[in-house]
Amino acid sequence: MAEHPADVVPTLELRGVRKAFGPVVALRSGTLVVAPGSIHALVGENGAGKSTLVKIVAGVYRRDGGELLLDGRPVDFGSTAESKAHGVAVIYQEPTLFPDLSVTENIFMGRHPLGALRRIDRAAMYAEAARLFERLGVRIDPRRKAEGLSIADQQIIEIAKAISLDARLLIMDEPTAALSGVEVERLFAVARSLRDEGRALVFISHRFDEVFALCDTVTVMRDGEYVATHPTASTSVDRIVAAMVGRDVAELFPKTPAALGDPVLEVQGLTSAGVFQDVSFTVRAGEIVGLAGLVGAGRSEIARAVFGVDRYDAGSVRLAGKPVPPGSPRAAIEAGMAFVPEDRRRQGLVIDASVSRNVAGVIRGSLARLGLLTARAENAAAAPWASRLEVKTGALDMHATTMSGGNQQKVVIAKWLATEPRLLIIDEPTRGIDVGTKAEVHRLLSELAGRGIAILMISSELPEVLGMADRVLVVAEGRITADLAREEATPEAVMLAATQHPGHHAAGLQGHRPSDVAPTEAAS
Amino acid sequence: MSSTPTRAYAPYSQPLWKRVLLTRESAIIALTVVVICWALAAVPNFDGPLTLKYLLQDTAPILLIALPMTLVIITGEIDLSVASIVGLSSVLLGVLHQGGMSVPAAGAVALLVGAACGTLNGVLVAYVGLPSLAVTIGTLALFRGVAVGLLGTTAVTDFPEAWTDLATGTVGESSVPLVMVPFAALVVVFTLLLHFSPFGRGVYDIGLNGEAARFSGVHVARTKLVLFVLSGVVSAFAGLYFTLRFGSARGDNATGLELQVIAAVLLGGVSIFGGRGRLHGVLAGVVLIGVIASALRLEGVTVNVTNIVIGVLLIVSVVSGALVAYVSGRLRRPRPGSSAEAPETSSRRAASAGA
Repeated sequence: MAEHPADVVPTLELRGVRKAFGPVVALRSGTLVVAPGSIHALVGENGAGKSTLVKIVAGVYRRDGGELLLDGRPVDFGSTAESKAHGVAVIYQEPTLFPDLSVTENIFMGRHPLGALRRIDRAAMYAEAARLFERLGVRIDPRRKAEGLSIADQQIIEIAKAISLDARLLIMDEPTAALSGVEVERLFAVARSLRDEGRALVFISHRFDEVFALCDTVTVMRDGEYVATHPTASTSVDRIVAAMVGRDVAELFPKTPAALGDPVLEVQGLTSAGVFQDVSFTVRAGEIVGLAGLVGAGRSEIARAVFGVDRYDAGSVRLAGKPVPPGSPRAAIEAGMAFVPEDRRRQGLVIDASVSRNVAGVIRGSLARLGLLTARAENAAAAPWASRLEVKTGALDMHATTMSGGNQQKVVIAKWLATEPRLLIIDEPTRGIDVGTKAEVHRLLSELAGRGIAILMISSELPEVLGMADRVLVVAEGRITADLAREEATPEAVMLAATQHPGHHAAGLQGHRPSDVAPTEAAS
Repeated sequence: MSSTPTRAYAPYSQPLWKRVLLTRESAIIALTVVVICWALAAVPNFDGPLTLKYLLQDTAPILLIALPMTLVIITGEIDLSVASIVGLSSVLLGVLHQGGMSVPAAGAVALLVGAACGTLNGVLVAYVGLPSLAVTIGTLALFRGVAVGLLGTTAVTDFPEAWTDLATGTVGESSVPLVMVPFAALVVVFTLLLHFSPFGRGVYDIGLNGEAARFSGVHVARTKLVLFVLSGVVSAFAGLYFTLRFGSARGDNATGLELQVIAAVLLGGVSIFGGRGRLHGVLAGVVLIGVIASALRLEGVTVNVTNIVIGVLLIVSVVSGALVAYVSGRLRRPRPGSSAEAPETSSRRAASAGA
C-alpha cells in the first residue's frame, strides 16, 4: 500500500501549517500527506509538534498559517464539531466516554436515531451498535455501561463512533500506550480492515516495532518541522530514529557504577492495609534502586507512603538514620527527600503557573528574606536550575502548559534538584517523553547517583529498570518478592518475581511484554 | 544536562508596560477612574466635602472583608458566612457592653468569637474535607441565628460617645475616615501575605492545582484553615466598626453583605475557580461599586436601580473576559492563501515523498 498513483487525491493534506502559543512556536511547518486506503505513521520526539498538528486537524486549535486540505478541498475548522462533520475522527490515548451511559448511547451521543414523535429509537440504536461491533470483530454488549471498560475497549467504542459517522480520516494518538499485546493485535486488525475499506489512518506512536508492523508510510517531525516521509518498506528503525533526533542516539542507559555509601533510606515493615504489606528495603548513597512490578502491584503507593503523601498503618521510614514522621510531605522534604511523581500534569507541577514559580516552588521558603519573597529572588533561584536541565522555554514567566511533556518533566526534576536532596524518588521518570530527552534523564540520574544521591526509581519499562538500576526490587501484589543485584536482574527473573502471585493483575501487563523491549533496544 | 548552567533565560516574555497595562486589574482601575471622573463632572455634589467621607465609611466593611475573601477565593474556596459573623460580632459587642463590659473588652471577645467562627469553617473545609460552599451556607444560617437569638429584635444603642466618635471620625482635618487607618495597615499585611510571601505562593498553587501543591510540601489544609480564621477575625472587626459607626448593635446588621463582598472580589478580577487575581484589582472593584452606589444615590436613584447597575456590571465583567478571548481567536483565523510563510522546500519534499 506504500505506493500510490500520483493522481490519487490525498484524504488529508497539510502544507506548512504553523501554530504559535504566544511567543512559543509549537508548529513551524507541519506537513503531512495521507493517501486514502493507507495507514500513515507520524513519529517524532515529544515537543516535535505531533499533538499540535493533530489538534489542528481535529479543530481543537486554529492554525496561524499554512494550508489544510481534506480530499483536495481547503478547510478551516473552528471546532471539533466542524472537523467531525467533515469526516475526521481522532482517537486519543485515553478516550473520554460518558461512564454512566451505555456504550451504545456513547456511540450515538448527540445524534440518536429518532422514531415516531421524536422519541429515541433505542432498538435501532442497539441493533446498529451490535452491527458495528460485529464488523469490528469485538464482543461488547451494546447495553453495558461505559464505566469499567478497559482502555482498549474504550478505544474500540471511539472507533465504532467514528465508523458510524463514516469518518474518512481516523487519527489515533498513541493508542497502544496503555494496551496489552492481545489488545494491540486486535486494534491493528481493526485498523487494517478500515484501511482496506479505503479510509485513511494516521497512527502516532513511540513504538517503532508497531510503526513498522502496521503502517505503510511514516512521516518524521522534529522541533515543530516536517523532516521526511518514507514508505516503511524502504527505511529502517535506525534511519527513522536518526531523523527524529537529528543526531545519533547516544547510549540509552549510561549507568556508570558509583561507589556506594551509607544507607540513606531505610524502610522497615511498611504496611498499608489492602495496598502493600511488610515492605522493607534500603537505598544507599550513590545507589539506584529500581522498583519493578506490574502496574497496580503497589509500587507508586509505596513511594507515596514513604514521601508522606499517603499515610500508612505500620512500619517506619528513616532517612540518614533519623525517623521521618509519617503523613507529611513537608517533613519528608526537610529530611532530604525529593519526589518526582507519576502524573506530571496533576501531581508534578502547577501546570498553569510559570516555570519560575514551579522551579522555585519547593525552596521558596528559604528564598524569603525576613519572610518576604520577591519574584526577582524566585527568578534568580530558578534560572540556574532550569538551565542546568536545559529546559527549553522563552522566558521564566511562561506557563508550564505551553511546554512539551519532556520539558515539563525537566521542570519537575529541576524543582526537586533545587532542594539538594539526599534521596530522589522518581516515579516513571520517562513516561511520555521522547527518545532524546529520555537519554538526557537517564544520564542525569546516573550523574546524580555518582554525586552520592540515593535514587529510588519506579518504572514500567523493563529495559529502563534493568539498564539503570544497581539493584532491582520486584513488587507483586503489595509485597517485595525479589531483591535482585544488577547481575541477576534479567527480564526473566524480574517477570517471574512480578507474577509470583498469579491473580487478577493480568490486565496490568503494560510495559512487560517482549514487544516493549524491542523498540527501546532498537533505538539504542 | 551539564552540571553548570549553560542557558540564559529572560525573566519575562512580555515588556513591562504590557505586563502592567494589559491586565484585568488595570482595566478595572481604569474603569474606576473613568467612573470617578464622570461622577465628579456630571453628578451634583459628588465633589462635595462629605462625599468621600461617606463613600469610604459605607464601603469600609466591604473593603475590609474583601481582603481575606480574596485569598479564600484564590484557593478555590468561598466564605459565605462573613456577613453573619459581622452580625454576631455586632450583637456580642452590644450584649457584653450592656452587661457591663467595657467596649475594648467586649470587642476583644467579639474578635475571639470571630476567630472561633472562622476556625469552625476552616476545620470543616480543610480537615474534614467538606465543600466550603455547603459549609459556609450552613454557618451563614448558624451564626446569624445565634446573633438574632442573643438579642432578639431589640437593639443596643448606648455606646460611649468616645467610641462612636472614633468610628465616625476622620483623620485630622481631612475627610478620610479614621477606619481607613486600620484598613491601610491590613492592606499592607494582606498584600505582603498574598504577593510577597511563600504562604501567598502556596495560596495560588492550591487554587491552581491542590494536589500538586500537596506533593510539593505546601500545607494545604493548614493554609485554608488560616485563611478562614483570618476571614472570621476581619469580619468580626468589620462588625465592631459597623456597630459603632451606626451606634447600634442588632442581630440583622449587615445582612446580605457577603454577596456585595464577593461581587467586588470577582469584579476585581479574581477567578471564582481559584488561582487567579490580585489584591489591587479587588480594591478597585470595591471602590468602583462604592462610587457607583454613592453617585447614583446623589442622583436620587433608588437602591434597587443601583443593585441592577452593579449586577449588570458584574456580569459584563465576567463575560468580557470570555468575549475578548473569542474575538482574538476569530481575528487570528487564517485567511485563504495566507500560506506564503510555509517553506516551499519542505512542501515539495513532502509532495514527492507522500505521493
